[in-house]
Formats: sequence, C-alpha cells, structure tokens
Amino acid sequence: MIRTEFLCKSFGNLKVLNDISTEIRKGEVVAILGPSGCGKSTLLRCLNLLETPTRGRVYINDVEITNPKTDVNKVRQNMGMVFQHFNLFPHMTVLQNVTYGPIKVKQMPKGQAQELGMAQLHVVGLDEKADVYPSRLSGGQKQRVAIARALAMQPGVMLFDEPTSALDPEMVKEVLAVMKGLVNSGMTMAIVTHEMGFAREVADRILFLEGGGIAEDAPPSVFFTAPKSERAQQFLEKVL
Amino acid sequence: MSDDWLYNVSITPLSVLAQGAGLVLDFSRIRENIPFILQGVPVTLSFSIVSALFGFTWGTVLSIFKISNILPLKLLADLYTSIFRGTPLILQLALIYFATPQLTGITPTPFQAAVVTFSLNSAAYSSETIRGGIMAVDRGQREAAMTLGVKYPTMMWDIVLPQAFKNILPALVNESIALLKDSALVSTVGALDLMRRGQVVAAEKFIFFEPLMIVAVIYYVLVMGLTFVAQQLERRMRKSD
Ligand SMILES: Nc1ncnc2c1ncn2[C@@H]1O[C@H](COP(=O)(O)OP(=O)(O)OP(=O)(O)O)[C@@H](O)[C@H]1O
Ligand SMILES: [Mg+2]
Repeated sequence: MIRTEFLCKSFGNLKVLNDISTEIRKGEVVAILGPSGCGKSTLLRCLNLLETPTRGRVYINDVEITNPKTDVNKVRQNMGMVFQHFNLFPHMTVLQNVTYGPIKVKQMPKGQAQELGMAQLHVVGLDEKADVYPSRLSGGQKQRVAIARALAMQPGVMLFDEPTSALDPEMVKEVLAVMKGLVNSGMTMAIVTHEMGFAREVADRILFLEGGGIAEDAPPSVFFTAPKSERAQQFLEKVL
Repeated sequence: MSDDWLYNVSITPLSVLAQGAGLVLDFSRIRENIPFILQGVPVTLSFSIVSALFGFTWGTVLSIFKISNILPLKLLADLYTSIFRGTPLILQLALIYFATPQLTGITPTPFQAAVVTFSLNSAAYSSETIRGGIMAVDRGQREAAMTLGVKYPTMMWDIVLPQAFKNILPALVNESIALLKDSALVSTVGALDLMRRGQVVAAEKFIFFEPLMIVAVIYYVLVMGLTFVAQQLERRMRKSD
C-alpha cells in the first residue's frame, strides 16, 4: 500500500529523516512512536508530499509519488489526513466541511455528497451538528468532524498526526473510540501518537523513530515488553 | 421656515486674519450652486468605488504573484509595487491621461484615465495588505485542503482568500477612505468630481471659502460614514472570534 525507499528529509542543514525504508501493507495499522522532534510528523507528511523528500522514493499502491510526473492531487484523494489542530475550515458549516472534498474534488452532485456527508457524520456520532460552525464545537467534536471530512473522500489509507494531543483528557476517549471503529472496519492506518495504551491495543506494528531512522520495527507485544534498542527502552521507561 | 442660518455664518474671530476687515461668510451667494456641487457626490463615489473594486481585484492577483514560487512573477509584482509607490500619484495620473493618446491614439475621458490610474495605484498598495492577509491564514488550512486533493487555485479561492479578506476587511476600508480623499486629484484632469465642482463655482463667483468649505464638509461626511462602517465591521469581527 505505502512503501518508502531510502527516504531522506532535511530542513536546511538539519537532517531529520535518514534513509527510511519501510512498508505499510493494506489493512495494516502502524503506530509511529518516538521522542519529540525525532521526525514523526515529517515522516507522515512525506507520505502525502506535504513535505517534499530531499531524497528517496515513496510509492502508494506501486505508483511512485515522488516522481514529478505523478498527479499528487490524485494520490492525495486516496489518503486521508487528520491533524493535531483539526484544521477545519472555519467559514464553512460542519456538513460543508465534510462535503467540500467530494463536491470540489470528486465533482459529486451536491445531494449525493450531503447524503455521504451525513453518513460520515453519523459514523463519528455528530449527525446533529451538521449545520453548526466549527467554532461552536468542542475539541473532541472538531477532531471527529475532521475525521469525517477525511473519510468522506473514501480514502484507502488514513494518516493521523497526534490526533489527540491538543485535546483535554476527557475528550481523548471519544476520538480514540472513533479511531478504534476505523481500525475494526479494516482501514489502513498510520498513526503518530503519544497514547501508548492505544498504540499497544490497536496497532499491528510499532515503528520507533530515533535519530532520523527506524530504531525499532516490531509488533506491540514485542515492542512494549522486550524492546531491542537501548533508546526504545529509555523511551518506554519515560512514557509508561 | 428659513434655513438662512445655514448660509449666513458670520465668524468674527477670523476677521483678525482678514486684515482688520470683517470676514463675513455668505453662503447665500452660492445657494444656487449647491445642487451643482452635490452632483459631484455620485461622481466622486462611483469613481472611488469602481477604482477600489478594480484595484482590489488586481491587487489580489498581484498578491498571489508575490507569494508564488515563480520568480519572474514575483519580481514583476514587486517591481510594479515599487514603481507605483515610488512616484507621485498626480504624476501617474498626468502620464496616463496625457500620454495615452500620444502612445496609443486612444483618448480616454478624464474619468476613464482617472479610474485606470487609481485602480493601478491602489492595486500596488492593497496587494501588500492582501499578501499580509493571505500569509496570516493558518498554514494548516492550506494543508487540510491539499490533503483532500484540492487544486491550488480552488484552494486559494475557496479556503484561503475568504479567510484572508475577512481579516483585512478593516484595512481595505481604510484604503478605500484614502482612495476617496485622493480622488480629489482627478480634478486636475478636469473630471467634474466634488473638488472640481467646488473650484468651478469658486472661479465663477470669485468667492473661494464658501464653496470649498461646502466641499470639505461633504468629503468629511463621506469619510466619517466609511470610518463608521469600518468600526462596525471591526467590532463584529472581534465578536465572532
Ligand atoms: N518546516 C520546517 N522547517 C524547519 N525545521 C523543521 C520544519 N518542520 C520540522 N522541522 C524540524 O524537524 C525536526 C522534526 O520535526 P517533526 O515535527 O517531524 O518532529 P515530531 O517527531 O513530529 O515531534 P513532535 O512529537 O514534537 O510533534 C524538528 O527538529 C523540527 O524542529
Ligand atoms: Mg509532530
């Protein structure tokens, strides 16, 4: 589904990612963990070219998106992304947020898009907020709308960048519950998170990023009980 | 009922300035000219509004050039801005009014020449304001649109510009106010705006203070009206934040 080959990313002189080669298979849920500033967001954002890799290749369904000839917008339609700070469009209602992509990008008729949008809002449990503006929502509700907006494009993979980090503790649960529902539906997911319990519960694989590379790539049962690298051990000592 | 008080105002303290002679303002002498002067209001207003609309539209295009990563467009827009900001407006107006016939054979009306000049000029200024407004829109907004697969122009039009304009609306109203006041310069090429009409009456009657005072009051009222609108907009925006 997603494959990276020798992916490198630098910001000026700062080398953030160094030769990342990995793969996320269809239906797999991968949690990306690591200390702050280790490049988790950067890695995720390289997968849909929000950041342009300095070197290396990224393949989505065997299409090389790092090839300049690839229509990136076409590829992005198939990759939903959820941000730490929601990034809802403040001048649109909740339903308009959710239907914007299908209408503008997929040229879906408005009626059909609204039906789809309402269905997605139902999935995240926010049917009754359809006509409200985002400023009226709580953080947890905003993030659920953001998930619905991404799902309305009917993507093959979902990328999450710390979707619960900006939320009050009592709202974290509702967002994680929605994400768990997605996992159960068989969605391919890459999740950057600091929620260790959640990662342990839902992930098929843990990627532990450190010093610009993948320091550990293991199933949660192994990673959380018997991490091989010293860095991962230190990290787990701190966060668990 | 008489509204003579409106026309006969005697200002004694000013008489000192009038070298001992009692300065008497006699508005009744130009009473018949007042409708003529007032006809300048729609001229000045339509001129200002049309220039603002064209100016802000062209300014938006320039601002998009400025933030693009196409170097020639960027340089072009920057050069354009520096030229229009670096030369007197009245000179730009004279060039466009007097030099266009010489260069193209087309003779613009004073109104046309003035609208073109003021649009080009206000575009230079507003492009900076609009650029600032665009930069102030959270980067996450752009990224959210990009991840949906939205193309750049659509994203700009649907997501970025509406938010940018909301933020800079008060600034744009202020630019419109400046434009309204500067529009008095079109009197120099003979367009019959408020200012010009005041001067025409003054020249006809050989009295200057009264017609120019009336014109000044009208400008002031128009500017205050716009200022009030700007304040209301600002207040409403602060509420919605
Ligand atoms: N646009 C940018 N320009 C310059 N440096 C950047 C940019 N984006 C990220 N960085 C730097 O790259 C490094 C990795 O950043 P990144 O956001 O990927 O880390 P992260 O693992 O997601 O951290 P966190 O857990 O705090 O979100 C950091 O040192 C950061 O300062
Ligand atoms: Mg991050």
